[in-house]
Amino acid sequence: MSTVEQGRIARRFAALRAEGRAGLVTFITAGDPDHDTCAALLKGLPAAGADLIELGMPFSDPMADGPAIQASDLRALKAGARVSRTLELVRAFRAAEADTPVILMGYYNPIYAYGVERFLADAGAAGVDGLIVVDLPPEEDAELCLPALKAGISFVRLATPTTDDARLPAVLRNTSGFVYYVAIAGITGTASADAVAVAGAVERLKRHTDLPVAVGFGIKTPDQAAGIARVADAAVVGSAIVSRIAANLDADGTARPGLVDDVLGFVRELSAGVRGARG
Amino acid sequence: MSRPNTFRAGPDEHGHFGIYGGRFVAETLMPLILEVEKAYDEARADPDFQGEMKARLAQYVGRPNPLYFAERLTAHLGGAKVYFKREELNHTGAHKINNCIGQILLARRMGKKRIIAETGAGQHGVATATVCALFDMPCTIYMGEVDIARQQPNVFRMKLLGAEVRSVTSGARTLKDSMNEALRDWVTNVEDTYYLIGTVAGPHPYPAMVRDFQSVIGDEVRRQMQEMEGRLPDSLVACVGGGSNAMGLFHPFLDDPAVAMIGVEAAGHGVDKGPDAHAASITGGRPGVLHGNRTYLLQDEDGQILEGHSISAGLDYPGVGPEHSWLHDMGRVEYAAVTDDEALAAFQLCARLEGIIPALESAHALAEIVKRAPSLPQDHLMVLCLSGRGDKDIFTVAGHLGVTL
Ligand SMILES: Cc1ncc(COP(=O)(O)O)c(C=O)c1O
Repeated sequence: MSTVEQGRIARRFAALRAEGRAGLVTFITAGDPDHDTCAALLKGLPAAGADLIELGMPFSDPMADGPAIQASDLRALKAGARVSRTLELVRAFRAAEADTPVILMGYYNPIYAYGVERFLADAGAAGVDGLIVVDLPPEEDAELCLPALKAGISFVRLATPTTDDARLPAVLRNTSGFVYYVAIAGITGTASADAVAVAGAVERLKRHTDLPVAVGFGIKTPDQAAGIARVADAAVVGSAIVSRIAANLDADGTARPGLVDDVLGFVRELSAGVRGARG
Repeated sequence: MSRPNTFRAGPDEHGHFGIYGGRFVAETLMPLILEVEKAYDEARADPDFQGEMKARLAQYVGRPNPLYFAERLTAHLGGAKVYFKREELNHTGAHKINNCIGQILLARRMGKKRIIAETGAGQHGVATATVCALFDMPCTIYMGEVDIARQQPNVFRMKLLGAEVRSVTSGARTLKDSMNEALRDWVTNVEDTYYLIGTVAGPHPYPAMVRDFQSVIGDEVRRQMQEMEGRLPDSLVACVGGGSNAMGLFHPFLDDPAVAMIGVEAAGHGVDKGPDAHAASITGGRPGVLHGNRTYLLQDEDGQILEGHSISAGLDYPGVGPEHSWLHDMGRVEYAAVTDDEALAAFQLCARLEGIIPALESAHALAEIVKRAPSLPQDHLMVLCLSGRGDKDIFTVAGHLGVTL
């Protein structure tokens, strides 16, 4: 098994650096709107321009998420999403795609219920590269962060506008892969970040770490993604993509035929924004 | 598990009671929680803070409230001597105000400008709105749509007191979802907002802090029982939603091994009637992580939180305070569960025998006493925490009795 330092995440950011551009990180929820549609979306994401993939692990109580991702979690759960099915999605994706990193993002309880050791073993085997677990701050590193690092899976930490200089070293200590800067104090899919404030925050992070910095929360359009791509190593888009999925559902929640093409088309626009940002 | 020298030392510096508790929150909230912890540690050691709290509890809340010998109920049950700790006589009609006085003084001390809270039955919402009126702070209360429908009188009271009541339409639209929304608000308004949690749950330091503020209940019972009977009680019985009235009654007695304690959860339609039929987290759940702490939770195999059910909005929560989870595992406190029907019967019994209409929450604890007292000796001193009055519940109860008001 590859170690964290030479894993897919590090290789992808090195390649982006070599290309002289920032990356696009896309977020969708595993099993939204249903298992097969989600699998088709995942499969199409790299060609549509996603440089890294965040795959949300649905949770009944997503405390840090706004209405769009809350709704997508509920859709996925209603369609039968489970931790084991999420790992199946990754395994199927990995069978056809060797290079694009997959980071699972979610809340701790479903992982805890699955069993930490078993989860890390199964996630590693499925081809998961990293974890973002919203409700595990550094104070709880012993739960999952340290075991994940031991298992060769990155633990990507969130730094936020409330993370001051005194606290930053603790936040960065066991972080690996990249640092995810949450551009606003708030939940996903609501306010938009101010690019100037983000630039300052990224600079501050860079003084404390050599890891790449991805920025997310509130990035909704190709233009906004481009703005972030000028100042950070990657731009993360979640709620806007998830809302695009929602816009392609029938009243009863079933996927309309054009869903995958429409969503991937939107990802292509985001990617064009990010790729053209420093041109 | 080895028995500790004391049950009153927890939590440790990380907020753990054994494996329970902790600080499972988003990074955005971490600095805020550390700030609350620091401010509370300072306030706790400050005689001025303690003095003001004591004065407010005396003059505004009406403490101490009586420990009352329920003579007719005792005669009716024919066994243990039953006492009521009359928390329902507090201003606003429940124990919730004890905690609100403590936390509003802390929020003011921290220079916070805005208060948010979650509420289930509306008792904590009313108590929060009350102290916010008293201290002239704007206040937003999150309340599930389902609870708003079944606790109309309290919704109106909150509005009269000047609070904004926000209806929560996500998830099951009850207490757990209100807590999610309050956390979302806090994460968004980090600069000026204080989150006034209403029970012994949430991330550290809330479980310990709310317990400390509620411990006035047990401290008074200790003193009052000494005065009335010249000794300690033999058993204490309290309902457990999040568990704040129970922790407040139990904590001062945890190191008195002769005092038995029974926490009463809501069995709803019956703990054996399926995972969504009850709200008994300890009796029918297993450990997990939600709302900032590890504790017993109602959840499915995949770790998704279940909705739970209780006739009582204040007990309709899929979790329980982490200290209760620990006390359960240690065997120090016994946890039982009472159904909707048993609580309804106790509710009516109390009204007719004692002239006291109890909250449906408290009626759960009373129902457990109805089961136990008859087989106990007459010198057994049993204390019920009568955590609230039942005016708010008359519409719910009337509905169940087939009466239209
Ligand atoms: C009267 C009364 N008792 C008990 C409770 C349950 O809360 P806790 O378990 O924190 O005491 C409530 C909650 O709303 C209540 O209103």
